[in-house]
Amino acid sequence: MGKHMLKRIDLIFKNEHDTDAILQKIFKRSNEDLINDLIGSGLKGRGGAGFPTGLKWKLTSEAEGDEKYVICNADEGEPGTFKDREILSQVPHKVLTGMAACGRIIGAKKGFIYLRGEYNFLKPDLQKEIDNFHTTLKSLKSDFRIEIFSGSGAYICGEESSLMESMEGRRGEPRNKPPFPTEIGYLGKPTVINNVETLAHAWTIFKYGPKKFRDLGVQDSRGSKLFSVSGDTPVAGIYELELGMSLQDFVDDFGDGDTKAVQVGGAAGFCVPRKKFRETAIGYQGKLTGISLPTGGSMMLFNSSRSMYNVLKNYLEFFEEESCGQCTPCRVGCQQLLEGVEAVKRGDKPHHYLDKLMRLTETMKLTAKCGLGQSVANSFSSIVENFREEMIY
Amino acid sequence: MSKMVNLKINGIDVSVEAGTTILQAAEKLKIKIPVLCYHKDLCIAGNCRVCVVEVVGSRKLVAACATPVSEGLEIHTNSLMVRNARKDIIELLLSEHNADCTKCYRNGNCELQDLAAEYKITNQDFLDLAHGAYTIDDLSPSIIKDDSRCIRCQRCVRTCSEMQSVGALSVANKGSEMKISTFFDRPMREVVCTNCGQCVIHCPTGALIEKTYIERVWDAIADPNKHVVVQTAPAVRIGLGEELELDAGERVTGKMVSALKRLGFDSVLDTDFTADLTIMEEGTELLHRLKANLVEGDHSEPLPMTTSCSPGWVKFFEHTFPEMLDNMSTCKSPQQMFGSLAKTYYAKKIDVDPENIVSVSVMPCTAKKFEADRPEMRDSGYKDVDYVLTTRELAVMIMQAGIQFADLPDEKYDSIMGKSSGAAVIFGATGGVMEAALRTAYELVTGREVPFENLNIEPVRGLDGVREATVKIEDVLPDWKFLEGAELKCCVAHGLANARNVMEKVKNGEVDYHFIEIMACPGGCLGGGGQPIPTNDAIRQKRMKAIYDEDLSLAVRKSHENPEIVQIYKEFLGEPLGKQSHKLLHTEYFERQRY
Repeated sequence: MGKHMLKRIDLIFKNEHDTDAILQKIFKRSNEDLINDLIGSGLKGRGGAGFPTGLKWKLTSEAEGDEKYVICNADEGEPGTFKDREILSQVPHKVLTGMAACGRIIGAKKGFIYLRGEYNFLKPDLQKEIDNFHTTLKSLKSDFRIEIFSGSGAYICGEESSLMESMEGRRGEPRNKPPFPTEIGYLGKPTVINNVETLAHAWTIFKYGPKKFRDLGVQDSRGSKLFSVSGDTPVAGIYELELGMSLQDFVDDFGDGDTKAVQVGGAAGFCVPRKKFRETAIGYQGKLTGISLPTGGSMMLFNSSRSMYNVLKNYLEFFEEESCGQCTPCRVGCQQLLEGVEAVKRGDKPHHYLDKLMRLTETMKLTAKCGLGQSVANSFSSIVENFREEMIY
Repeated sequence: MSKMVNLKINGIDVSVEAGTTILQAAEKLKIKIPVLCYHKDLCIAGNCRVCVVEVVGSRKLVAACATPVSEGLEIHTNSLMVRNARKDIIELLLSEHNADCTKCYRNGNCELQDLAAEYKITNQDFLDLAHGAYTIDDLSPSIIKDDSRCIRCQRCVRTCSEMQSVGALSVANKGSEMKISTFFDRPMREVVCTNCGQCVIHCPTGALIEKTYIERVWDAIADPNKHVVVQTAPAVRIGLGEELELDAGERVTGKMVSALKRLGFDSVLDTDFTADLTIMEEGTELLHRLKANLVEGDHSEPLPMTTSCSPGWVKFFEHTFPEMLDNMSTCKSPQQMFGSLAKTYYAKKIDVDPENIVSVSVMPCTAKKFEADRPEMRDSGYKDVDYVLTTRELAVMIMQAGIQFADLPDEKYDSIMGKSSGAAVIFGATGGVMEAALRTAYELVTGREVPFENLNIEPVRGLDGVREATVKIEDVLPDWKFLEGAELKCCVAHGLANARNVMEKVKNGEVDYHFIEIMACPGGCLGGGGQPIPTNDAIRQKRMKAIYDEDLSLAVRKSHENPEIVQIYKEFLGEPLGKQSHKLLHTEYFERQRY
């Protein structure tokens, strides 16, 4: 570590417990100032989609509504991602502070943590933390309140509009967009919904100012980010790194010396083969960054002992089960992709059937209702394109 | 006037109100965009994705049905990208679908089939996913649910929960296992399904169809020992033509009678006769209840009284408001009154052993099949109505018989029980029972015609979900003194979601109606679950016009003036609510579970 420009950072898990002071500082400043800090920091949503956080808060603050809401998306369900769990267990007060700041700025009195059902074991400690936090808020004359909402375990509920459907007591299915949650969100009211990590970064920005954050990372990918590193690596775990790191540097630090591919962004992400490690950066796609892969933080390394056919099949099985089933391209497309690669492998379909499936992923990307159906194409096309012979023989 | 938005579709400029969807904007330009999950009656789902279009500058295609227009939008509905994507989507749907179209009841009237034909999907490149592991639920007397034909567009779910507030159908499971299901996947006959058939009307394919009794009716007609009598409901005569390639809203009463005779029915009679009879019984019951409650303080038969002609509504009531069962009129529906009279009064008149009478009805309704099967509907000593056909099933029989419907001459109903009044005809529209009852009750009490121009009680007409009317009763006849100066408060609701709202208000004491008419289906029987597909508000309007036109065209427009009604009371029934009437024409209700 260290021979390259971008480095490990320690901001999120840094043990700082001056919540009162930070909150006081936040509550003293104007909403405009705070939003400008966020926008100036270049922070983009850490759930993977990368929408500029400052802009989201600004839009919601400007939206008309007698009530507004802040939701912390803690439905961490992307395979290979486990960073939010650590944030919520180690530095929950940072997330709560981020929520309270957002509530102040947009004019919300209520916040929710949508906690993945599998993380219910975090609930008692988190609730204690929330209770203390409420006391602090009271002393600052804020009536903002936070509640935990337990998810029921569908992957789709990590998608923001499905998450809100689920909170409203309905089946987790994506809504049509527009309207976006900034206008019509939870219970039809303007809502900010942010990933756990995004809210924790807001804390950093409000504490240290936008410059410190902006100085990290590259061009369109600013700041640091947590990565959940798994697979064929001797050092699996959670790491905070600057954005924009080349995949080669990443593999040099985290690989086992025999890395043949890295899946950036989990099942919904892209698979990068060894020959493209140098030209690929980890960050948000932007004008200046070249090939740059966005990610919610999942980094899976595969060495030469792995069959990429099995890797793909595994992802497709996941999607075939976790699609909400509502829209045609996703529900049927996922089944066709899975059964299609199996048929090619068995020899029931000719090699060029893979081309038909590649075209199908294009249709899925173009027409699926939400990010799930659209991103199945990513893992499929990147694996089939780069490891085609493994799909056939 | 709201803000106008300018956009371009396929290079053509169009200006529409803000909030309009791309689909509606294209409709304005007469540009057709295919749809499946979209239905004019229902809320937007945007989940089949067949209606995707290209928005210049956007990386993705958008669903035209679910995307609002915005200023300066440039849209292509027919680019190569759009066509390829749409074709893929249709192929995907077919790959999951039991596409054995020749064995499907909706063959020839299926939206997926039409799309496949339009896009010339002749090869099936994708793998066949219709594994045949589906079960067909045909245990209900009214509706068959075949999941293998389901394209999961959720129209039925939206219909059942939003339009009808029944919620018998919902989405279960996710991913490839996702399906339309009932409570714990129980058969439709065991859940809160009201058999209204609105899901059938709204299903684009053959996943939900009515249970057909066509073959059994053919068998009965062919049996020389059987006297097969058929009755036709008022809404059938204004719906049947559509199914036989005439225009929506064309009245085909005479042709229908003529066709039924040619099919071989021994006697073609009119449910309208018992609609008039219903008015006699129900109107009297209302006056009786008013007297008991207002004069004698006897609340054992409470107010408001609700009508009981719509079997979907009756079953909904039994599931949803069991504590208010006494509010329901005890009158049987016209179909069931007809059934019990067919095997008693009519049998005696024509001197045929009721054992050998087969009683068939043609209804705009799927719930009538269930109603005929209710165990208490055997007051004649036999099953009062043997088989119920929908408007659609009758059309099938006419086609099977090779009858050129459009060319048929007009013929008249047989007698006896074949005469009817305009009041009976309007039973086919929402508000019709109310209007018919008021025409008779008002005259009974005051000796004068109801004070509306041409007897048309406009406040109870139309397609608004809930309508109210107040009729002031003045200068009454001596027998009805207690009603002098009273204001009779009436309410009409159609569609079960509206019905639920009204009855919740009644339950909570927020309203003080005396009489409530409820029809389970939007528009009443003219929009019934057994009517031609498609049905939507534009079509309902046309059918409604046809009904009111027919009423105006008739010489007798009040039930109590129907000569056959006068005759049956004289010869057989005695008087309304009398002993014989009570036995044959009234019934009771039961509490049902709520899942």
